[in-house]
Amino acid sequence: MSKPYYIFSSGRLSRKENTIYVEVEDNIKKSIPIEDVESLHIFGEVDLNTKFLNFLSQQNIPIHFYNYYGFYSGSFMPREKNISGNLTVKQVEFYIDQIKRQYIAISFIEGAIFHMQRNLREYEGTEKFVEVLKTELSNAYNTKSIPELMGCEGRARDAYYQAFNVILKNNFSFVKREKRPPTNPINALISFGNSIIYSIVLTQIYLTQLNPTISYLHEPGEKRYSLSLDIAEIFKPLIVDPVIFKLVNNNMLNEDDFEEDLNFCYLTENGRKKFIKEIDQKLNTTIKHRKLKRNVSYKQLIRLECYKLIKHFLSDEVYVPFKAWW
Amino acid sequence: MEKDDAFDKLRITGLKVNYLHVCKRKLWFFDRGIGMENTSDKVLLGALLQDYSYPKEKKRDVLIDDLIQIDLLDADTVREIKYSDKLKEADRAQILYYLYYLKKNGVHKIGVINYPKMKKREEIILTEELEKEVENDLIKIKEVLNLDRPPKAEKKPYCSKCAYYELCWS
Ligand code: SF4
Repeated sequence: MSKPYYIFSSGRLSRKENTIYVEVEDNIKKSIPIEDVESLHIFGEVDLNTKFLNFLSQQNIPIHFYNYYGFYSGSFMPREKNISGNLTVKQVEFYIDQIKRQYIAISFIEGAIFHMQRNLREYEGTEKFVEVLKTELSNAYNTKSIPELMGCEGRARDAYYQAFNVILKNNFSFVKREKRPPTNPINALISFGNSIIYSIVLTQIYLTQLNPTISYLHEPGEKRYSLSLDIAEIFKPLIVDPVIFKLVNNNMLNEDDFEEDLNFCYLTENGRKKFIKEIDQKLNTTIKHRKLKRNVSYKQLIRLECYKLIKHFLSDEVYVPFKAWW
Repeated sequence: MEKDDAFDKLRITGLKVNYLHVCKRKLWFFDRGIGMENTSDKVLLGALLQDYSYPKEKKRDVLIDDLIQIDLLDADTVREIKYSDKLKEADRAQILYYLYYLKKNGVHKIGVINYPKMKKREEIILTEELEKEVENDLIKIKEVLNLDRPPKAEKKPYCSKCAYYELCWS
């Protein structure tokens, strides 16, 4: 099974035959056989050349880059091999038709709120926030436009993040969710987690014929691959947030794992490593899939979600968002 | 040497004839460019087998009219190499189609299916009756491809080994 590789060191990435070499400053070479690689995530400052990129493209391996602060900055995606014109046309059709679009967008929110509720239920004292989530979910079903739906989503998310103050121990408190730049450790964790899950989802989308630029909840163009944002909604509370709770409540992070200046807070390399170790573990955790009757990992669940969307677009089976049943 | 117009328009590949007999849903997805090749080991295994089983034969992977791909072609025979005989019917239909196609182009050959893993071979000769079968297949393929949604998934004994399994049953 190939897997994502996270590269923190700075140095040089090169190809020699079917192996990727990571050469760091003091001439230590690490080799990764290409068959092991599903995607590369680069956090360090690396040099690479076009020969290397061509190799990745040929092997169908995406490479994702993160900036100094650990935020997603862009990807080099392999030339798409398997596109389906037919599917792309259908994807567009479901975007243009307001009712069809709304159905899909609501489904993503439904999956997201379901998993938020599922997280909060694990903790005492979160009842009133769960109530808000319930209310906003039923409001969401009645929305007729995306902005209206986004309103529900926003209120649900506010309540959800407020509940973090109840959940998180060890003096980690959560004031208010801000997008970039994050000003406190929790926001830094959320932002970092979102960056990771975005590129993980993108990698999975790329393994299918879905066109990642056509999205439903987010406007296409909000980010280049906005379908990734859509699908990530469902998986953020399922995959990222439990990792945050674990890291914080088990005292696995300390002050040194964050870099703080006046208006900005981000994870240090060590902090990122701890985070990714946990995320990776989560992504590889398997559950017995009820319909497939097979063990599938959380990461595979993301791809299955893509398949369900494909079936929806091809009028095969109506899409119902994934909801963890265990 | 004359070609049938309607037949030409169909532009059907041998794989599609094969899929018609394996699973109409698979045929439909495949035609729409929904392929699963890059996540399936089975397909890869088949391709490898093809490459290494008969290293000495000359004409491998012959592509005729940009349309039908034949594993091995020599003076008298058209040969297909198959990983197992689990889908015998489909393999037979596929090679019959090749024979039929070649005949339409004025070339007469005998079909052979090799199962190197089980050290077996099967000979196929195109009769008039079998030609009818091929024509029927071509009509059926057209019908399936004209459907505007995929045929419903139905559990078959080999679904769990199919590259489309996760798509069909998730
Ligand atoms: S999994 Fe079964 S139903 Fe689906 S394409 Fe394969 S054989 Fe057909």
